[in-house]
Amino acid sequence: MAVNLFYFFIFPGLLFLAVAGALLSWFDRKISARVQFRKGPPLLQPFYDFFKLLLVKETILPKHGSRFVFLLAPVLAVFGATIAGVFILLPLFNINTGFRGDMLVIFYLLTLPSFSYILGSLASGNPLAAVGGSREMKLIISYELTFLLLIAAVIMKSGQHFDLNTVIETQQAGHPFIGSISGVLLFVAGIFCIQAKLAMVPFDMPEAEAELASGIYIEYSGPPYAMIKLAKYIMLFILPAFLVALLMNGMKPGINILWTVLKIPGVVLLLVLIKNTNPRVKIKQASGFFFIWMNLIVVVAIVLIAFGL
Amino acid sequence: MGFKDYCFRKSLWVFHFGGASCNNCDIEILDCLTPRHDLERFGILLVGSIRHADVLLVNGSINKRDKDRLLELYHQAPKPLLVVAVGACGCTGGIFAEGITFAGPVDAIIPVDAYIPGCPPKPEAIIAAIVKLAGKK
Repeated sequence: MAVNLFYFFIFPGLLFLAVAGALLSWFDRKISARVQFRKGPPLLQPFYDFFKLLLVKETILPKHGSRFVFLLAPVLAVFGATIAGVFILLPLFNINTGFRGDMLVIFYLLTLPSFSYILGSLASGNPLAAVGGSREMKLIISYELTFLLLIAAVIMKSGQHFDLNTVIETQQAGHPFIGSISGVLLFVAGIFCIQAKLAMVPFDMPEAEAELASGIYIEYSGPPYAMIKLAKYIMLFILPAFLVALLMNGMKPGINILWTVLKIPGVVLLLVLIKNTNPRVKIKQASGFFFIWMNLIVVVAIVLIAFGL
Repeated sequence: MGFKDYCFRKSLWVFHFGGASCNNCDIEILDCLTPRHDLERFGILLVGSIRHADVLLVNGSINKRDKDRLLELYHQAPKPLLVVAVGACGCTGGIFAEGITFAGPVDAIIPVDAYIPGCPPKPEAIIAAIVKLAGKK
């Protein structure tokens, strides 16, 4: 019991995820700034933002709309992201929980933040938030199939094992999955799925700074917005970690620890560079991109896996 | 300066309200966010929604129609909120001070924390004001 609480709240759980995610969020902003030849924010900027929203700012509730759902949604987002993070990071740190079939649970838990953003935005009663919420729904419909196919392909490649621990062990015993043709295709699809899941720039139409004025989060202020920020920090850490666990060998103990820790910022760097070099696409283009091209790539990868490539 | 106050000063998110402006101040404000002057190194971001704002940046002369919008925005913003009046028009009314549609300088409508005079103020002046604002008790 005490160990489980420690897992959930301290080490791979809330505290560790929040700190690591906040540092990665600083990394994201700093790299964006360097790409634009700016200096960028200081190291502790995400912490300042979070504590300012949590401790200083006032919460404003919408006059029209459901206040209960509006306030519950950010908490649900943090909850889903944290549990998904614990399930991902325990196998990644070689702690065997003996949970068979956790990949599907992780898949469902990873959609929880997006769903709660939709709930919160629709409960706020703001028309711009409603537009953002409907866009987020369409985006989820677009990328979830690709993401599920990606997980299915990894399960197939590891020899029909549904738990993340065995997937990592299979890779560490043999080669990392990214070392094959099918692995590279899966990695490309995975990067774009993560980009859409994090609502980063080619797929940021739910937030759409320019025309929706931060869309789904438009009515949030103060502590609820701090919770949303926290969920976003955590997602920025656990989604690349999940990709590292699925395709890039997980985390080896011993002397390799530095190299393995650098993989996650490496994936984030790739995401940030894609974010900074691409304009936003329309929702129709995003759907087409995932439904046709990304699904095609993953299906080709599955066929290649069936032939052992 | 306590911990809460320190976090607030280090992370000022700006919402930009342009009154009946001639757009020179808008251009100089946008200049502050460009690579040369980069305000993000002080933690300053331009936000799209008034609910996320810590600083309400007002420029341009406020005429009778703008007055209602400005008041509405001020009441919609989560407190604590800092208000900055940019440019001669925002501070005093400038050349529009005697116009028939003029509804008073910004501080006649809402309380103002900092004034940045100039027509338009240089980006350096805006940054100096922001730094003073961030160090203000």
